[in-house]
Formats: sequence, structure tokens, C-alpha cells
Amino acid sequence: MKNFEFLFSAWMVVWAVFFVYELSVARRITQTREEIERLKQQLQQR
Amino acid sequence: MKARLAITALVALLIFCAGYAALFIAPDEATMHAIQRIFYFHVASWNAMFCAFFVAFYASVAYLVTGKRKWDALGVSGVEVGVICCTIGLITGPLWARPVWGIWWTWDAKLTSTFILWLLFIAYLLLRGLVEDPEKKASLSAIFAIFASLDIPLVYLANRLWRTQHPQPVIAGGQGSGLDPVMSKVLLLCLFAIFCVMILVLVDRYRLELLRNEAAELKFEIESRGLDAAEGATTPALQKGGL
Repeated sequence: MKNFEFLFSAWMVVWAVFFVYELSVARRITQTREEIERLKQQLQQR
Repeated sequence: MKARLAITALVALLIFCAGYAALFIAPDEATMHAIQRIFYFHVASWNAMFCAFFVAFYASVAYLVTGKRKWDALGVSGVEVGVICCTIGLITGPLWARPVWGIWWTWDAKLTSTFILWLLFIAYLLLRGLVEDPEKKASLSAIFAIFASLDIPLVYLANRLWRTQHPQPVIAGGQGSGLDPVMSKVLLLCLFAIFCVMILVLVDRYRLELLRNEAAELKFEIESRGLDAAEGATTPALQKGGL
């Protein structure tokens, strides 16, 4: 298939960008949840 | 959680079907052959970008009207996801252009207005990081998002209004435009698949922003209680000092 490398790269870019972004959002959600738990505990102690 | 997993699995299946249809079912285009298949992801990512930026625009107007923080959260989520879709479009475009035009990029109206749109929304995200006061940040962001959205119609209409190196529109492009019926169906499937991915990511990003707001409120409460405690501790001392 001619120009397959360009087609393959485009295909990879679409899903890699979405996948990496979704991973980063999921990681940030986990971190923020942990922070909220920590802050709630801190608030209860005061 | 189970519903969320089921939706994610359904979208993954949709992505697989769309990819298979774009790579193996859609017929070869007469002059460009296989490389034309980039079109199915490229157009779909622009469509998702327009939807995400429309969400950001709507949320920004709603924030300025109502002042509710949930609209600001939706606004920033729409912008961030829109920038991601725009980045995909800006990468897949040159990957198609190199073998077809012989160049990666050209400064025609369509490409330039799109690049400016990308820069404007990157500036929006940077601006949010510079302002600390939440109210001020939300108001400034909403105004900036509305201003940046003025470029969206220009991006959409650029190859309709001016002669550009970018191909003329194949859908709703007037006389002589149109797609092969199988290509149209594959394009519709890809549009739907990437739209679903965009919605899935947007919902997650919105959840993150709501959680961040909750964390910020808790921090504020802790700080204000800390100040109360500090005031309570200093006032008797000051009184003792004879003030």
C-alpha cells in the first residue's frame, strides 16, 4: 500500500492523543480525590 | 461504575468498527488512493473540535449570565477537549498534505485561521493559570472564550469564502461536491465514533473540574478556620497588652 506510513501515523496519532489525554485526566481525578479526602480529614481535626 | 465500564466498552467497539470501515471497507479514492483514508479521522476530529468549542462558548455565555461555577467548569472542559481535537486535526492534516501536496504546511486561509484558533485557546488555558482569584478567573476566561470563538465561523467558512489550497468542502459544498455512498456511510460512522470519544473525555474532564472546585472550597474553609483560630489566639494577647 503506497503511503502506508502516513496513513498509519495519522491513525496512531488520533488514538494515541486521545488515550494519553484520557489517562492524564484519570490520573488528575485520582489525585484530586485523594487531596479532597486529605482536606476533609484536616477539616475534621480542626 | 458498571455503567461507565459498559459505555467505555461500547465506545471502544465503535472505534474498532470505525477504524475497520475506514481502512478496509471504504473504497479507494481515484487519484489519492490509500492516503485519502486519513480524511475519515481528520474530518471527524474537526467535527468533534467544533462541538467541544461550541460547548465552551455556550458554557461561557451561561457563566456570564448566571454566575454559576458549574458553567465555568464546563467551559474550561470544552476548551481543553477542543484543543485536543484541534491538535489531532493539525497533525493529521500535514500527514495527508505531505504525500498529496508535496509540502507539510501552507499559510492559506483555512490552515492559518485554524492555527490561530488553536493558539487562541492555548492562550485561554495559559490565562487561567495566571489568575488566582476564582471569580476573576472564571469571568476573564468566559470573556476570552467568547472572543476566541469568533474565529470558529471563519475556520468553517474559509474554504467556502476564499480560494484555498485546502480542498473545497465535499459535504454541503455546493455544485460538484459530494461523496460516494459507501464513503458517506463510513464517514458518518467515524464522525459518530470520534464524537462519542470526545463526549466521554469531556464528561471526565468536567468531573475533574468539579472535584477541583470542591478541593478549592475545602482549602478556603480550612484557611478561614485557621485565620479564625489565629484571630482568637491574638485578640486576648492584644487585650492583655493594654490596647
